[in-house]
Amino acid sequence: MPVKVRIPTPLQKLTRDQAEVNVSAKNVKELLETLEKQYPGIKDRLCDEQGRVRRFVNIYLNEEDIRFLKQEGTTLEDGDEVSIVPAIAGGS
Amino acid sequence: MSYVKGLKCRECGRLYPKEAIYVCEYCFGSLEADYDYDNIRKNISREKIAKGPRSLWRYRDLLPIDGEPTVGLSSGFTPFFRAKNLAKKLGLDELYIKDDAASHLTWSFKDRVVSVALSKAREFGFDTVACASTGNLANSVAAHAAQAGFKCFIFIPSDLEVAKIIGTLVYAPKLVAVKGNYDDVNRLCAEIAARYKWAFVNINIRPYYAEGSKTFGFEIAEQLGWKTPDHVVIPAASGSLLTKIWKSFQEFEKLGLLNEKVKSKLHCAQPLGCSPIARAILEKSEVIRPEKPNTIAKSLAIGNPADGYYARDAVFQSGGWAAQVTDNEVIEGIKLLAETEGVFTETAGGVTLAAAQKLIQQGKIKRNESVVLAITGNGLKTQEAIQKSVGEPTVIEPNVSSFEERVMGSYNKAKVKT
Repeated sequence: MPVKVRIPTPLQKLTRDQAEVNVSAKNVKELLETLEKQYPGIKDRLCDEQGRVRRFVNIYLNEEDIRFLKQEGTTLEDGDEVSIVPAIAGGS
Repeated sequence: MSYVKGLKCRECGRLYPKEAIYVCEYCFGSLEADYDYDNIRKNISREKIAKGPRSLWRYRDLLPIDGEPTVGLSSGFTPFFRAKNLAKKLGLDELYIKDDAASHLTWSFKDRVVSVALSKAREFGFDTVACASTGNLANSVAAHAAQAGFKCFIFIPSDLEVAKIIGTLVYAPKLVAVKGNYDDVNRLCAEIAARYKWAFVNINIRPYYAEGSKTFGFEIAEQLGWKTPDHVVIPAASGSLLTKIWKSFQEFEKLGLLNEKVKSKLHCAQPLGCSPIARAILEKSEVIRPEKPNTIAKSLAIGNPADGYYARDAVFQSGGWAAQVTDNEVIEGIKLLAETEGVFTETAGGVTLAAAQKLIQQGKIKRNESVVLAITGNGLKTQEAIQKSVGEPTVIEPNVSSFEERVMGSYNKAKVKT
């Protein structure tokens, strides 16, 4: 199941300067593991020592924050788009 | 002359050069300006600050620009005054208002961060500035970009208050209204920022931009006579302002500029319809859970606060607390501030005052302790929020008998009642 993943600038060194990559995965957890296989080192950046997504990393499935879905267990389908975005400031 | 050595990751401490970058490549922590405090200590003094311009640039030694400031030369140094009428209402002895509703150019504390961000953007050589905004930042970036001659792109949620939209459009930026909430706008902007070489003030310029908020705290300390109050009640959206006020007090203390140790408790004020930070504080939670905002306080409607963890930590370190307030309490707060002190604040200010009332009721703030309310924006921008709650003018015919009948008749009746 190919899913399109948008890679943030700080990680593009690991994806050979690609801003978008295709990954086959059934859910977000598997997506992170597959990304690691294709681009070694990337999972360490995105996840902490316990393997959980770091608190300053936001992952969106088709524009929805996965924390409003099933977090790492969020199911992915063919043609889905996933964005990885660092937390950013603003407001008030 | 600059005292900034570089940028430093707030999470893992890795060092980076002074560039338009904002996130640690290793752990995704946000980057922050890293100052040479030893050198600052040798060169800073109360006298030097007091002799400086009557703007936020009097604290330039603690701001992350290298050359002379070029944008926002009139921002900051807003009124700070003792609020005796409101104090009486709230049952406090010593209450102050820090009033950024009077900020130049655009009547909110965002003028502070934008002055620093655009001065820095100019140093970096950018010709285009941009931001994601809940309104106040949009107004400020658009105004300062117009003044400084930058091209300008502004992204806002499409449901903003009319005054914030018109107050942006008047400066003729490219204004983009995104169908979604602020968190949607922010996510989109993070992706757009990667595609264009623009100075996105709250993204790639963030480490510099965010430092501007410190001046709110510097001014409180200086205007209070080189000390900090027992309590500061601060509205929170991303949590950045609260975090930076805490940092400003720490810096002043570290540099020996205060008469006494920092004793301030910082309190986080959020609307019930969007209070991820306040909730985490009240529940003493390790995690800040994002929310889908639903509040009239649109300038605080950030469900996924970037500085939430730091704000929570600052509150706990200071011994402060948090309060959540309803939309009705926000409206009553706006009216009370206007009726007692003549300050017309926006919804965020209503949140702050209403939160202070709760903290007083709960005994978190005691009568004999000094309190500062952080008023960060102007009520003329959010008139819709109170339109139905402020009554209507009494309409009369243009003659004296109509005046006597419709105005003084009911006025005297009301007087008899009281």
